[in-house]
Amino acid sequence: MNSGGGFLRRFLGKRLALAGLVFILLVNAAVLAMVFSPPAERDGIDLDNSLRPPSLGHPFGTDPFGRDVLSRTVRGSSTSLGVGFIARTFSLVIGLVLGVAAGYFGGRLDSFVMRLADITFAFPTLLLLIAIMAVVDPGLPSLVLALGIVGWAAIARLVRAQVLIYREREFVQAAKAAGAGHKTIIFKHILPQCISPVIVVYSLGLGMTVMAESSLSFLGLGIQPPAPSLGKMISSGIVFMRTAPWLTLFPGLALTLMVCSLNLVGDGVRDSLDPRLAVVRGAGRRL
Amino acid sequence: MIGAVLKFVLRRILLLAPILWGVVTVTFILMYVIPGDPVLTLVGERYDEETLEEMRRELGLDKPIPVQYFEYITRLARFDLGRSFVTGRPVTVSIMDRFPRTLLLAFSAMVIAVTAGLGIGGLAAWKRHPWLGHSLMTFSLVGVSIPVFWLGLLLIFLFSIKLSLLPPSGYGGGSLRYLIMPAVTLSFASMATVARVTRSGFLDVLGEDYIRTAKAKGLGNAVVVAKHGLRNALVPVITIVGTDFGSYLGGSVLTESIFGWPGLGRLILQSVFKRDFPMIQGAILFMALVFVIVNLIVDLSYGLVDPRVRTGRGGQ
Repeated sequence: MNSGGGFLRRFLGKRLALAGLVFILLVNAAVLAMVFSPPAERDGIDLDNSLRPPSLGHPFGTDPFGRDVLSRTVRGSSTSLGVGFIARTFSLVIGLVLGVAAGYFGGRLDSFVMRLADITFAFPTLLLLIAIMAVVDPGLPSLVLALGIVGWAAIARLVRAQVLIYREREFVQAAKAAGAGHKTIIFKHILPQCISPVIVVYSLGLGMTVMAESSLSFLGLGIQPPAPSLGKMISSGIVFMRTAPWLTLFPGLALTLMVCSLNLVGDGVRDSLDPRLAVVRGAGRRL
Repeated sequence: MIGAVLKFVLRRILLLAPILWGVVTVTFILMYVIPGDPVLTLVGERYDEETLEEMRRELGLDKPIPVQYFEYITRLARFDLGRSFVTGRPVTVSIMDRFPRTLLLAFSAMVIAVTAGLGIGGLAAWKRHPWLGHSLMTFSLVGVSIPVFWLGLLLIFLFSIKLSLLPPSGYGGGSLRYLIMPAVTLSFASMATVARVTRSGFLDVLGEDYIRTAKAKGLGNAVVVAKHGLRNALVPVITIVGTDFGSYLGGSVLTESIFGWPGLGRLILQSVFKRDFPMIQGAILFMALVFVIVNLIVDLSYGLVDPRVRTGRGGQ
């Protein structure tokens, strides 16, 4: 069993994972710094200064409206990060509930949930997202909902596999023999065994979720302007590729670094928490 | 022996039936929950109640849901996906027009991912420099983290705008000059993953007993590495290509819109903006079907590469 201190020590010992974590913290710090800076210095529209190349005052240059690309990149990154975490948590809740129910109660419920997971996996992820976003009202809640829905299946499969292992263990059987009800067995004996694999699969999926969000925003199906999002910034910069390439280069670089960091953190969490984590079908799936 | 193989194949195909039914049902439900009246989007600004009623009847939208569902399934059985709201053409015709181009793109991406991935990974395993291993790890990390659409734009920026070597967009009758950038873009993440598992697959197997036996028999090093290493690395590579094929299909929406490639992915995106629901529904259903079939082929090919899977003893 992993103790919390041991996990922290192992995680902090991994330089790459640490670098990823530091980058994510830096983004958050930058967001905080912006929140407390005077409003005038934020990304207000300033048409006298449109499409200025990178300079000391605007390290990432300015966009066609004269807005500071750096500020917008930071704000876009924080939106992506926030959407990623919330959507992933949503997937986690669905996956945990269905996975435990399927594994613990078995039978028809189990085959129903697992067929549902198979069906979710039968769709190429981005296409399922596009199909969902095509029929719901655009906006942040729909986006989080859609991202949450496509991510549940891998978590449910993992949780189910874990429950199946522990359901037959002696200590669970003993609790059952001692007269413990389903609730006690699930919450006191089985769920604690699912925590570390679930944390692992949660963090491994963060990078992909952020990537999915920015892809949808790039296509115009995700975060809607004027809210800044990295994907949308990149797509609106395309027409200026020849004259103002910084509009696409910097937000893209930030996005790549962010997904990279999340993936590194995910790998680090896996290696320090549960290196022999059973490979579940679909867990390693990319967007 | 042949009986066992046949049973294996049939079993896999039978397992697909409930999934296919589920996929069909999900696409039906998705398009049924469209907010507002699809007929309204269809007729646009000017309409009167009579036309609306007539169109609803024509589209079968006035019937109860179970009846609509039943009719949807029976139409599917005849390969009828309805007609586009925008062009009025049968959806199947549009799909068949566009899909070969998407398939060309996806297939090229797959070939690039496998050949380049096997090459890079095999090289890194054969020449065991630590820096080679490190750079491969970095490459595979960046490869899976870089967004497809940004990578595509970077390539356009570099090869079309700065170097003027390749056309930034277009189909060009499918000629190599037009194909190369979108295909590389689509293949990149997959290639990076293939390279990583190839290297570890090779390294794993090179310490095994049977490799020593093969070497003791007098086989040359290169032959041993190529034959046994490749065989061992092939199963995970097939897995990656199988799961990533979904990324090729989904990623085609991004790649095709960046490079102006007139395939099915771009058609899906255009249909989304035109709210052409039968087209979206049909195309997504079709893509899911392709993905399911590719995964079936992948599943079956395990049996060819690894005899343990075929006979049901041990293995995966």
